[in-house]
Amino acid sequence: MRRFLTRLRGRGGPDPLMCQEFVELVTDYLEGTLPPGDRARMDAHLADCDGCSGYLEDMQRLVGTLHETPETPPDMETRETLLRAFRDLRGDARDGP
Amino acid sequence: MHDESTLLARLREGDEQAFEALIARHDGALRRVARTYLRTDAAVDDVVQETWLGVVRGLDRFEGRSSLRTWIFSILVNRARTRAVRDARSLPFSALEADGEPAVEPAAFAADGSWTSAPPRLDADPETGLLAGELRAQLLAAVDTLTRDQRAVITLRDLVGLTAAETCELLEITDGSQRVLLHRARARVRTVLRPIVEAQA
Repeated sequence: MRRFLTRLRGRGGPDPLMCQEFVELVTDYLEGTLPPGDRARMDAHLADCDGCSGYLEDMQRLVGTLHETPETPPDMETRETLLRAFRDLRGDARDGP
Repeated sequence: MHDESTLLARLREGDEQAFEALIARHDGALRRVARTYLRTDAAVDDVVQETWLGVVRGLDRFEGRSSLRTWIFSILVNRARTRAVRDARSLPFSALEADGEPAVEPAAFAADGSWTSAPPRLDADPETGLLAGELRAQLLAAVDTLTRDQRAVITLRDLVGLTAAETCELLEITDGSQRVLLHRARARVRTVLRPIVEAQA
């Protein structure tokens, strides 16, 4: 059915993939999990649509920025407790049984 | 992260600085994922602490079949699940959430599905190509507004940097569910950040 629709749409006329559909496929697009036909439809749409190009770029930036976002470190007390445990446990490990 | 074998060797030698750096890097994400399974802060504190102790005790047994961080998060998830069952508070992972919230509010589109006007952009830093500093400062708060399942997936994928396959295995969800949750999570974070941009404009 999907292939039939794609073929039908392929027979000339404007690209039928609309912006509202594009934004729902963005994650699949970035994950590389789209069937080749859908990917080609998205690429064709991107070439014509500034709104969707901007949306895609924002999503790529968002993901890239999340990758670079440092986590909130634990409070001092938690850190001290864990470091003490590390010292005790690893000290034992090094001394052997 | 890039040189995991060096880090592992330092940890095994008892290098406290290496352990401190590891805690700083992952403690927040461990808490966020633990909260997916547990309802109280006290339970989260316990489980995250147990996880770190488990990591320290298990360093010699770790065989490197997965990455170090995947191993750490698998310890966390196992402990969080056990604790949730013990507390009789097990929260099933709702693979497909009931709400089918669209990525972008329908009002942004005309009847034919095209943008009524180009969507507002997120401020970016031209030098780094990343989001601008004011938005970066809001990111973790934006992640905290997500549903617990979305939060777990976006934390593991985009903050910790696990692969889709590793995330599915850890959370015991299908690849399809993982992608739906990731999609909704990212779209929602964008929506939460956008008013900040508009407020500044």
